[in-house]
Amino acid sequence: MKKDIILAGVGGQGILSIAAVIDSAALSLGYKVKQAEVHGMSQRGGAVQSHLRISDTGIYSDLIGLKSADLIISVEPMESLRYIPFLSEKGWVVTSRDCFKNIANYPEEEELFAQIEKLPRKIAVDAEKLAREAGSAKASNIVMLGVAAPFLGIAIDKLRKAIEIIFAEKGQKIIDINLRAFDAGLACNNQ
Amino acid sequence: MEKMLLLGAEAIAQGALDAGLSGVYAYPGTPSTEITTYIQNSSEAAERKIRANWSVNEKTAYEAALGMSFTGKRTMVCMKHVGLNVAADAFINSAVTGVNGGLIIVVADDPSMHSSQNEQDSRFYGKFAMIPVLEPSTQQEAYDAVRYGFEISEKFSLPVMMRVTTRMSHSRSGIARSKVLPQNAINFPSDPMQFMLLPAFARKQYHKLIEIQGELERESENSKLNKIEINNKGGIGVLACGIGYNYLLENIAQTRSSYNILKVSQYPLPRNMVEQLFANSSKVLVLEEGYPIYEELLRGYLNSATAVPIDGRLNGVVVREGELDPDNVALALGKKTSQPESIDGIVKNRPPQLCQGCSHHDMYEALNEVLAGFPIKKVFADIGCYTLGAIPPLKAIDTCVDMGASITMAKGAADAGFRPSVAVIGDSTFTHSGITGLLDCVNDQSAVTIIISDNSTTAMTGGQDSSGTGRLVEICVGVGVNPEHIRVIEPLGKNFEANVAILREEVNYEGVSVILAQRECIQTQLRRKKTEKKDDPLVRNCKH
Repeated sequence: MKKDIILAGVGGQGILSIAAVIDSAALSLGYKVKQAEVHGMSQRGGAVQSHLRISDTGIYSDLIGLKSADLIISVEPMESLRYIPFLSEKGWVVTSRDCFKNIANYPEEEELFAQIEKLPRKIAVDAEKLAREAGSAKASNIVMLGVAAPFLGIAIDKLRKAIEIIFAEKGQKIIDINLRAFDAGLACNNQ
Repeated sequence: MEKMLLLGAEAIAQGALDAGLSGVYAYPGTPSTEITTYIQNSSEAAERKIRANWSVNEKTAYEAALGMSFTGKRTMVCMKHVGLNVAADAFINSAVTGVNGGLIIVVADDPSMHSSQNEQDSRFYGKFAMIPVLEPSTQQEAYDAVRYGFEISEKFSLPVMMRVTTRMSHSRSGIARSKVLPQNAINFPSDPMQFMLLPAFARKQYHKLIEIQGELERESENSKLNKIEINNKGGIGVLACGIGYNYLLENIAQTRSSYNILKVSQYPLPRNMVEQLFANSSKVLVLEEGYPIYEELLRGYLNSATAVPIDGRLNGVVVREGELDPDNVALALGKKTSQPESIDGIVKNRPPQLCQGCSHHDMYEALNEVLAGFPIKKVFADIGCYTLGAIPPLKAIDTCVDMGASITMAKGAADAGFRPSVAVIGDSTFTHSGITGLLDCVNDQSAVTIIISDNSTTAMTGGQDSSGTGRLVEICVGVGVNPEHIRVIEPLGKNFEANVAILREEVNYEGVSVILAQRECIQTQLRRKKTEKKDDPLVRNCKH
């Protein structure tokens, strides 16, 4: 078992919470984990990414090589395309369709979605809408985790359990919102 | 014991806590900040009364650590690479005095300049000071190397440098902890003149430092951190330092047996191992995460010292600039021939930017308005979130060099006759290295307008406490600025006209003026409000 995952978004969108849930589930199964993060300057509204590597044997590099990621999980559509050079030939892209426009030259939505549509293996969902239906727009990141879940090589119940652990200190209400968000995302993946 | 999933920075912190640490000293700086934050937030550290507040700058941090070591306690001092420039005086001399209790200086370098002004390689400083340098390859090795570092620091009575880079510091991995060691008791140096660097004593100490170099080399030979594998006599050899070793193994997992590999995670270089690598290889590739320091040393100045050819950054086989990664190491190994296609043109750059509602933004809008009335607008700025004022749409500042340089560069420009000469500096940067420059301005009565954009925190690194919060007016008065020319403004859109008027008065003043643009960082304000809410008993007892 070996998965190389790139998490993408804009500073503040909660990609590290996605990583924390996957990490927790992976560790509970005895897998090895490496997770390279971005801290510092780029966090201020800039493009952020995290390289998450899971394996049942050793992992050497903290970074994923070009053309070798199994999966890109993005909380923002333009950001999903930024990391395409890292995607392996058989790799999947799951992305939110919610554009985060904090730059003047953000591309036209139509063109952007057309470009995503051209990808051979992709799932694009209205994450924020689903998150809001689950109880909070802030849970968009966990919607995306739900969409990606079947590609992670980790049993769904282990991921649900990990959500309970990671959000434990925020209380039952937040756990329930995130579990609903996760399920809503999961339902979007019929692969 | 269950493994902990820790950032490299956190693994170092936990390693120190478990190895009998008594105090950590640091100034925040990416990618080193999380080491100290981790200790500040650790309940174990609080129970054991481990000293962990932020220092004013890296020099004061280093000196305080040296003082704690003087008393026999184990101490750690942490900084980013450029912070060591600030602490260099204390650092280099501490190699001459030596230490008493174990002292580890952790320096986090930032090759590729993700969050920095340069990509200097701290191993160079380690070599310059002639002390042992540890450069772990994995987070677990970093955890273990802290304990070992304290041991050899006390064994050789020398500070030990642990050098990490961004990817080591900011990547998580599972960490197995070792037994917790007790702290050292207070115990002063046996030689009463060890720390007395009067020339006669300094020469004696320096001689000791020179004499011990052979032992440091032997320590490297025997260290678990360095490893040699001769798998293929006459084959390709690779000397892989620090995390360069990971990228090597990532690329040769299937073909490891055809390479001779020297993993280096402790310096000085293990001479016998290096000789063994060269004696058994037809060619040697040097992988260094940083400057080609050891590659240059191995080549020799005339580039003809070895019979075995060397590949590395100096002959372009490895990229000359920036961090190593699995791909550029693959290219160096001949495993790949070209980089794949570039990013789709539809993807636009998304650089970091000031937050919505940031006080710096309002300060810059007022400043831009005032300076629009002058034929030439040049503003000397400094290091912090407000450096982002350089990019459009604000385009408010013209320089960013090193901590504190805004004030002194503005002074130099004013001395040259330039008007109005304006400096912009943050509150934490001002206390770090701006106060001395302000004193220079006061002594010369230079015509400078210094804007201290005071958001009451060290914001760029994540909102750490700022040393002068609430006392900046008093500090400026104490340094000798005329109180009539210390003006406090609140940078808010609604105060725009009033702020413009005050700034205009001061930039036209032929002397030193300080404008304190004070408004709390909106990020720390949000966090503070959240904590206050949590601490409110009414909210805490609420069952929702």
